[in-house]
Amino acid sequence: MGKEILIHPVTRIEGHAKITIQLDDSGQVSDAIFHVNEFRGFEKFCEGRYYTEMPVITPRICGICPVSHTISSVKACEMIQQIKIPRTAELLRRVIQQAQLISSHALSFFHLSAPDLLLGWDSDPATRNIFGIAEKDPDLGVRGIRLRKFGQEVSERITGKKIHIMGIVPGGMSYALTKENRQAILDWIPEVLETTHMSIDLLKKYHADHTDMVNSFANIESMHMGLIADDGSHELYDGRIRLVAANGDIVADRLNPLDYHQFIQEKPVSWSYLKSFFYKPMGYPDGIYRVGPLSRLNVIDRMKTPQAQKEFEEFRALGQGRPVHGNFYYHYARFIEILAGIEEIEQMMKDPDILSTDIQTHASRNQPEGIGCCEAPRGILFHHYKTDPDGKLNQIDFLIATGQNNPSMNQAILDVARQYVKGDHIEEGALNRVEGAIRCFDPCLSCSTHALGDMPIRIELKNSQGEVIQRIARG
Amino acid sequence: MSKISITINDEPYKVESGQTIMEACKEHNIKIPSMCHFDGLTDVGACRLCLVEIEGQSKLLPSCTTQVEPNQKIRTHSDRLSGHRQMITELFFSERNHVCAVCVANGNCELQDLATEVGMKHVRFPYLFQECEVDASHAMFVIDHNRCIMCTRCVRVCSEVEGAHNWDVKNRGYKVRIISDFDTPWGESESCTSCRKCVEVCPTGSLWSKDKAQGQSKKNPQMIKDLIEKRKVNL
Ligand code: SF4
Ligand code: FES
Repeated sequence: MGKEILIHPVTRIEGHAKITIQLDDSGQVSDAIFHVNEFRGFEKFCEGRYYTEMPVITPRICGICPVSHTISSVKACEMIQQIKIPRTAELLRRVIQQAQLISSHALSFFHLSAPDLLLGWDSDPATRNIFGIAEKDPDLGVRGIRLRKFGQEVSERITGKKIHIMGIVPGGMSYALTKENRQAILDWIPEVLETTHMSIDLLKKYHADHTDMVNSFANIESMHMGLIADDGSHELYDGRIRLVAANGDIVADRLNPLDYHQFIQEKPVSWSYLKSFFYKPMGYPDGIYRVGPLSRLNVIDRMKTPQAQKEFEEFRALGQGRPVHGNFYYHYARFIEILAGIEEIEQMMKDPDILSTDIQTHASRNQPEGIGCCEAPRGILFHHYKTDPDGKLNQIDFLIATGQNNPSMNQAILDVARQYVKGDHIEEGALNRVEGAIRCFDPCLSCSTHALGDMPIRIELKNSQGEVIQRIARG
Repeated sequence: MSKISITINDEPYKVESGQTIMEACKEHNIKIPSMCHFDGLTDVGACRLCLVEIEGQSKLLPSCTTQVEPNQKIRTHSDRLSGHRQMITELFFSERNHVCAVCVANGNCELQDLATEVGMKHVRFPYLFQECEVDASHAMFVIDHNRCIMCTRCVRVCSEVEGAHNWDVKNRGYKVRIISDFDTPWGESESCTSCRKCVEVCPTGSLWSKDKAQGQSKKNPQMIKDLIEKRKVNL
């Protein structure tokens, strides 16, 4: 029995997660496990509710990607109703979804990851945060905060609310867009485009200055899964699923999201409330795949807009014909998506239909079962509902991105741990890198959204008898 | 009808004899919090929010069911009354499962308005977390007992205005529930005419219409009040 190093964010009230790094008898890292100790029970306590309530209940699962839950949920409801929504409603939903993605990605980078990158992994934890960035580079700090705000303001201008928006309803939308709000959104575009290009330049410089680290950072090879549009382009709202192998071969293409249970299987694990998912035909662990920004860009053929397409080509060149696996490139992938989001929002804002007031169709329950799927910032999200004859839910299933990434997340932690943790001594900077590997996946736990400073962490080093032989704590 | 003299909050008023204290107050723009009262329906004095102090009486009396009397000295607002009203409101919230954020009536709910009106900041009582049923068997409407505050407006509007008497009450205490017909699923009711009046008068998101998504439910109790007035005229 070897030793166990435990990284445990203890002081947060919610979103508990801890990392166990298992050492073997010779002091080498033998395994790494990411635990999620939080149990929310949405699938259980929503049973018995009327199905049309779900688009409002489920976004409460998360404060960062609530729109994705609303969209997957509302699409499941619309399948139950067998209803088509007006074109304007779909445009507005796509705008809100892009806006959320921009906010979420901006938060992930500027608030959570940039402090490590721009101020240094080993810099003083007290100033390694968004304020530290604002001090070092005030223009960039403010721009980062405003980029996130842009996404939230777009939501607010369409639905009246920044976060848990109300306007997306079965059949379409509750509120039409006004001319003034359209103009206000368009007025923001040049600034956020500039911020995005600045950030991409910054990232590229970082890549160039730290080539070794970037290329070796949790560089696990895995399959990638994501939605693609009919024409093979980047798609968040609709589309089919493509799975590519670690070498870039297409393993499965144009899979219908409605058949997800035929090709995705879950594996509950004893150490975590987070289930692990894999591609069914290949079994576990061969069927482990990743979802999210990196995966989306690895499965698609092209972007929908010109500036994003240009960056996309550079991004894919990094893989030299294979997918880009390095976890460090998540940041780049997110900015390409932000760029696409801004360009697409601009296009949609200029669409003549966007101001139409024909925004909702109506129907009641026309079949018992519904499945809704879309790309959340962190990856494909499925909602699956079964209803009784009255329309009350009797079976609910959510397939969430972080669960699909769970097996790869463990691999990434193991990979980092192997490089940086040796023997029974562990340095603060090494811990940051383990934590950073998790942050790359941007897992949807509130510990990963700890905007100020670091995740509070406790590390315990245990010997084979279970006695703590070393304890390091911060936060 | 003859006029009598009363005092409300130290001010003298001439009011119609036979009126309730609530009616007299309303006529003189004195607002008393209320929940079970609904203009035009029989009052039942169920919610106790409209309690007032009457000089010479140690008990507080509901203004919706107490008639004015000559030389009565009434107090509609005092620290004591505010304390009671706040407590009653908190008890509403603690008795069943009110989750405003995901409710159809959010932003358009008399219980929410009441909480603001009485200055409720939080609930001091432990929640009962009762298991309450959601009856979605009716083709058009849902009754969610989690959100019901037992004002019985639905019972009275159905019986007194529509004349159908689909709704009734069973049990006592915290187990009290609104029932449809003889405690059968609403969708199987033989008396319900699907007129929607109960939905319009329900002050909370307990009764709601399936065609309305969250945040779209705008109840129209005034329509029912107008209807009651119009029906009186025709008589
Ligand atoms: S269902 Fe509505 S109207 Fe009927 S008693 Fe309950 S709260 Fe009052
Ligand atoms: S309004 Fe008088 S007791 Fe409810």
